[in-house]
Amino acid sequence: MQLYDMPDVRGHFGQFGGTFVAETLVEALDELRLMYEKYRHDPVFLAEYAYDLKHFVGRPSPIYHAKRLSDKVGGAQIYLKREDLNHTGAHKINNTIGQALLAKRMGKPRVIAETGAGQHGVATATIAARMGLECVVYMGSEDIKRQAPNVFRMKLLGATVVPVESGSKTLKDALNEAMRDWVTNVHNTFYIIGTVAGPHPYPMMVRDFQAIIGIEAKQQMQEMVGRQPDAVIACVGGGSNAMGIFYPYIDVPNVRLIGVEAAGHGLETGMHAAPLTTNSPVGVLHGNRTYLMQDNDGNIIETHSVSAGLDYPGVGPEHAWLKDIKRAEYVAITDDDAMAAFHNLCRTEGIIPALESSHALAYAEKMAKTMRKDEIILVNLSGRGDKDINTVAKLANITL
Amino acid sequence: MSRIQTTFATLKQEGKTALVPYITAGDPHPNHTVNLMHTLVKFGADMIELGVPFSDPMADGPVIQRASERALKHKVGLTAVLQMVKDFRAVDQKTPIILMGYANPIEAIGAKAFADRAKAADVDGVITVDYPPEECADYVQELRSRDIDPIFLLSPTTEPSRVDLIVKQASGFVYYVSLKGVTGAANLDINEVSGRVADIRKKTNLPVGVGFGIRDAVTAKATAAIADAVVVGSRIVTTIESSTDENLLSNVAALMTELKTAVDAAKQ
Ligand SMILES: Cc1ncc(COP(=O)(O)O)c(C=O)c1O
Repeated sequence: MQLYDMPDVRGHFGQFGGTFVAETLVEALDELRLMYEKYRHDPVFLAEYAYDLKHFVGRPSPIYHAKRLSDKVGGAQIYLKREDLNHTGAHKINNTIGQALLAKRMGKPRVIAETGAGQHGVATATIAARMGLECVVYMGSEDIKRQAPNVFRMKLLGATVVPVESGSKTLKDALNEAMRDWVTNVHNTFYIIGTVAGPHPYPMMVRDFQAIIGIEAKQQMQEMVGRQPDAVIACVGGGSNAMGIFYPYIDVPNVRLIGVEAAGHGLETGMHAAPLTTNSPVGVLHGNRTYLMQDNDGNIIETHSVSAGLDYPGVGPEHAWLKDIKRAEYVAITDDDAMAAFHNLCRTEGIIPALESSHALAYAEKMAKTMRKDEIILVNLSGRGDKDINTVAKLANITL
Repeated sequence: MSRIQTTFATLKQEGKTALVPYITAGDPHPNHTVNLMHTLVKFGADMIELGVPFSDPMADGPVIQRASERALKHKVGLTAVLQMVKDFRAVDQKTPIILMGYANPIEAIGAKAFADRAKAADVDGVITVDYPPEECADYVQELRSRDIDPIFLLSPTTEPSRVDLIVKQASGFVYYVSLKGVTGAANLDINEVSGRVADIRKKTNLPVGVGFGIRDAVTAKATAAIADAVVVGSRIVTTIESSTDENLLSNVAALMTELKTAVDAAKQ
């Protein structure tokens, strides 16, 4: 039985979440909320979603026992939920399929998206091509530089990639620009948000579409080892891969849920993207109330992470709630530790992880060392690292 | 009666429409803002909408985004803006000042503290773009208990049932956003606006202001014929952006004169 029952009807998780948008968007969000309510339990809709997850994405994604890594670290056994094996290379596709199916039913011929690492942009461009929808992706010009392979993929898939030059030129600014597009073209456009942020119903809807990760994991762990893990670890940018794997575990006792934020150059330097770990003040951005990195005037401050997908000053409101009720714990991993974990997984397991996911891996290694050999950590390996090769080459002084 | 109410009452007697220019506080430089405000009043502003710079102005087009960025370069935040209002009030106790901005700077100090400080600076009304009425009942209460008018936006997509809800929370006036889009877009359809304003008037006795997309004498005059207040933003900010320190005030004065003449001509 599911005891946990959040959010409330207006999308609040306690004081977090809600619908903080300009009036022009209220009607569009009402429409979306009603449509999602109508279809979220509709057998035909769910069957279409399940069909694409299986035949287009390749789900279920396997769980893999990283035995050599576990032995090398010395301690708990590390298992990986292989979202990196999904079509397009990350968990993002689970969500874009769900939202694109809704866009179709709402008769919207055009979809837009924001993207940081480019994974959500690629996943949106992919499903738009698959369903015959026009696709425009907003991406900060800083991110365009560091995630060039994904920009090329989006273009191949027929999407228009619009560089965003405002503010810090990263994910948050791409989100602002996508919102502006949506306000202007709300009649024919569906905004596919890529994480568990934004105004209600997005945090709930994206969580529901990503929950397939945790639903599968629960069953797979039971089959593989006959029990559930002692801890589930996932990286947190906006928080969608983490919510996806956490959600089905919220009511399972004795499973620790640990979200890993980006500590960037180190929490003490201020150059990070870790609003939860650093107890940032509560504020309102991008349609919801949550913990937010900001200055005394309430302006959002620049964040830093080596991984574009974690470089976001806020966090999905449900994570803020899970932190406050102490159901989940939040920690942070530096650029350097994430890079080390990246190389470690490449060399010991033959898997090139995304830099985002490498943050979760790095914390899993730290934690495993303190645990017994018969204890189990499940890491959500949210994506593969092909997109990051240029960044890694530069940082590790490797000539390509 | 609040300053905003008094202003509308007087204009109504004179058979006139209010001209409400918008500028972003601190743009192009904090030293200019109070002088600019006095210039706006001298050349026809009946009220002033003063933008509070914000790092993520989601409802604004490129023109006002750049104004915010210029102001933020000089660290102009909510505290500095309130000080500018105080400085303005030392000379002008008559012209209503309406702050326009986003929720987070208010969240950062808290609704109650914000209302106290806005009152102390003698602010008359506040528009908070991303606080729809459902999410800000306490905040509205804090403002109203201090006689500060919470001003809400209505948009072309606002359902009739929501108009009822919104006008119940609003005071001072209601602000009809004349297009689907961000500030500065240029696709104002005056016939549609006219119909919507008429619908709004059936539901409230509050004055109706119209803004977003009014950019010259022609659109200002057409809007003035159907609204109680005409709000001009991006056009003024564009003029500020393209001016030098030397001709800033004279350029703004010339634009205001043109707009004022057009607005006054509408109801004659
Ligand atoms: C592989 C991967 N993991 C994680 C993230 C972070 O997003 P979220 O926290 O929503 O899972 C991204 C975002 O781009 C990503 O590409």
